[in-house]
Amino acid sequence: MQLKDISPDQVVYWQWGPVSLNATIVFTWGVMALMVVFALLITRRLTAQVRFSRWQNLLEILVDGMKNQIREISREAPGRYLPFIGTLFLFIFVCNLLTVVPFYVAPTASLSTTAALALCVFVAVPLFGIRDRGLGGYLKQYIQPTVFMLPFNVMGELSRTLALAVRLFGNIMSGMKIGAILLAIAPILFPVVMHALGLLTGIIQAYIFAVLAMVYIASASRAQKEKHGDPGKGAEGKERSPNG
Amino acid sequence: MDSVTLIGMASIVAAGLTIGIGAIGPALGEGRAVAQALTSIAQQPDETNTITRTLFVGLAMIESTAIYCFVVSMILIFANPFWDFVVRQAGG
Repeated sequence: MQLKDISPDQVVYWQWGPVSLNATIVFTWGVMALMVVFALLITRRLTAQVRFSRWQNLLEILVDGMKNQIREISREAPGRYLPFIGTLFLFIFVCNLLTVVPFYVAPTASLSTTAALALCVFVAVPLFGIRDRGLGGYLKQYIQPTVFMLPFNVMGELSRTLALAVRLFGNIMSGMKIGAILLAIAPILFPVVMHALGLLTGIIQAYIFAVLAMVYIASASRAQKEKHGDPGKGAEGKERSPNG
Repeated sequence: MDSVTLIGMASIVAAGLTIGIGAIGPALGEGRAVAQALTSIAQQPDETNTITRTLFVGLAMIESTAIYCFVVSMILIFANPFWDFVVRQAGG
């Protein structure tokens, strides 16, 4: 992948008629295969004994941490949400973490991958909402303060999906581009430092993607207990002070 | 000045202006958010976990405007449709 390619979609390894195999597809399937093989190898020898392998310890810490986070955010039992949210988190996490490997291009640096992930969230929100509150209860949420808020609610639903996709894409892509540009200007130390910063950004973005997906799903599926406002979005508190 | 030069110049200037001006607002907003969060943590150290998590989510939301500007400027520099169009016309 060169500096002028804005997305790994443009790096085509193999083409046969309309079918092309670009870097995004190759590395997505690579990451998926890696995760599946690791999970299969580790879960083949699960024990409930006192002495267990360190890999089982790693998986237990991961799953337990995700369960705790989901429980704290949604204030519900995490079992229902764990497969979806956990998959999102682990996939993005591994994608971003593997950028330390040479010649690897993160699939999340392509807008196609992030748009697909954001569309998954976009579909999952009504599914969880309808399952919890019924079709009428879910649709009533769109006209919640008054009926005039309907277009704004629909627009908010669409624009937050776009924001989810572009945020992840922009962060990961910017990390790669900054590394590549600095490699041309100050080749020894600075690219390494920026690469480390990119790793941190990637981990935080994976966490934020999962948390935002959880917050959206929770705000669509809960809400009958708390009628007022949107309890999931504590981050967007109104600023009251008049000065700027 | 032919159109290739004009488009190239306009793209570079616009990309610089986009990221330069677009970074001001999110920088101020993130500074305020972090300052408030630090004050809250200093006042209530027990709530550090909740405050930190909310802070991260909020920072991501504030930051996304800057990221939009960055993506637009990257598109202007690396994947400019007008530039590609003009170059293709000139080539064939």
